[in-house]
Amino acid sequence: MARKSILRTLNVTATIVLVAIFAIPFLWMISTSLKSYPETVIFPPKWIPSKVMWSNFQAAWESGPFLKYLMNSVVVSISILLLQFTTIILAAYAFARYSFKGDKLLFGITMVTLMIPGQLIFLPVYLLLSKWGLINNLLALILPFASSAFGIFMLRQSFKQVQEELIEAARLDQTPEWKIILRIMVPMARPTLVTFALFSFIAHWNDYFWPLVMTTSDAARTLPIGISKLREVDGGAAWHILMAGNMILVVPILIVFLFGQRQIIKAFVYSGVK
Amino acid sequence: MTFWSRFRPYVMVAPSIVIFSIFFIYPIFYMIFLSFYNWDFINPVKEFVGFNNFVELFKDSAFLQVLSNSLNYTLLSVSLSIVISLLLAIWLNREGAWYGFVQGALFSPHIVSLVSVSLVWMWLMDPKFGLLNGLLDMVGLPKLEWLSSPDSSLLSLVLVSVWKGVGYNALIFIAGLQSIPKDVYEASALDEANWWRKFYKITLPMLSPTLFFLIIINLISSFQVFETIAIMTNGGPINSTNTLVFYIYEYGFRYFKIGYASAAGVILLVVVGLLTLVYFKLLSRKVHYQ
Repeated sequence: MARKSILRTLNVTATIVLVAIFAIPFLWMISTSLKSYPETVIFPPKWIPSKVMWSNFQAAWESGPFLKYLMNSVVVSISILLLQFTTIILAAYAFARYSFKGDKLLFGITMVTLMIPGQLIFLPVYLLLSKWGLINNLLALILPFASSAFGIFMLRQSFKQVQEELIEAARLDQTPEWKIILRIMVPMARPTLVTFALFSFIAHWNDYFWPLVMTTSDAARTLPIGISKLREVDGGAAWHILMAGNMILVVPILIVFLFGQRQIIKAFVYSGVK
Repeated sequence: MTFWSRFRPYVMVAPSIVIFSIFFIYPIFYMIFLSFYNWDFINPVKEFVGFNNFVELFKDSAFLQVLSNSLNYTLLSVSLSIVISLLLAIWLNREGAWYGFVQGALFSPHIVSLVSVSLVWMWLMDPKFGLLNGLLDMVGLPKLEWLSSPDSSLLSLVLVSVWKGVGYNALIFIAGLQSIPKDVYEASALDEANWWRKFYKITLPMLSPTLFFLIIINLISSFQVFETIAIMTNGGPINSTNTLVFYIYEYGFRYFKIGYASAAGVILLVVVGLLTLVYFKLLSRKVHYQ
């Protein structure tokens, strides 16, 4: 019995150390964001700032057009989400419920797209978008993601699980197809749609690569780009300002995570396992 | 069947298929086409050079280093991440609010932007005033150069990638572990056998689909590492952390050697394509056995 309780204590201690490994970088960010510059350049480092510098947040916010970055981030993530909802619901319904000539080929195109990451095709897509004059336009950040192969794949699965009789009965009642989609399919697939929305929003809110490659001016830059440019403030060593700016990017996501942890983890794990 | 009901499915899939074709499928072919030309993006004329861009790439010692960096980074971060997350999964696969919290903490870096992760770790790894050297100093160990030395820069990036990735991998492993039926262990009559035997004879084989899945998607994503490099090291010091996507980015967007960058892109395409094929092969075999 004694041995068991010692093992238990050891186990709990070990998990606390594990949690610390993942929490310390975030805590260190918070601590630094509240320090004055001199306190960031002492060795060995100190955890608690002697005077809390709330002004760091203002300094970070005012070091660039952050309102613009924030608005761009919001517009891009929300537009992508709304467009994706429209396109994937339509396509997933067609793939799940109709058979038509060429459906295998068209679904094949979708599956191939699922396997093509942005990092592979950014150069030719940039050339294409610049030919259309869309560089430094928010459309360059939205249009390529107006549909989602992953979303279609996931949603098609849940549309297929809706009972055939339910749809047949609706059709016998002369219910138009769009009503079947909105009144029967979408409510039935709600968990999948929530999962997908979380996944898509977090991915595009956080995205650094695509906006970096597709924009050269602040007009179309998003929050992650703006925050990364804080590296240039004061010749690059203003860690207190950098961490304050970083908080602006991290805290909203961490708060969302705190409240929706179960749902978010389920979303990501589900999407990985499927 | 009315005219409309015959064409309706096509109308419904059209928006998605158009997007995929323009922004994903066509660019692949366009990139392959461009890899056979010399083009600076401004000149209206593209000069056909055959396989010359590829020949030049493999004659460039910097590119060969980029390939070996990419390979080292990928193999190190994937093997470390898989082994650590498998051990964590076996350890943390328990009921209870505390373990739920621990799993959540492990997972949290996965949903935070790579920009934030990179900036925080850059600061943690600061050789003069960073917390990591502070901790090393506290326990009496010598300070490290982290990102500032070509000897440790790539390893430092591997460390960040493992820190960010293990939580996600561990949770997928846990989902895999939970899908193993309990009676498999009971039926095996290995109850009294030691832990290692049970792990090796039952857990690992039952977990192998999850394991292969994770290895392949980790390989594919590690091979395309970009953000941490662009933010933390810019490929340096002395090219020690320059990897494939960053190299393509630099040649395309800084030096405007579009054909050359496209040729490097084709090489990335081949690597990612092969890994994807292996993945589908394994997937179909698994289905076959069931």
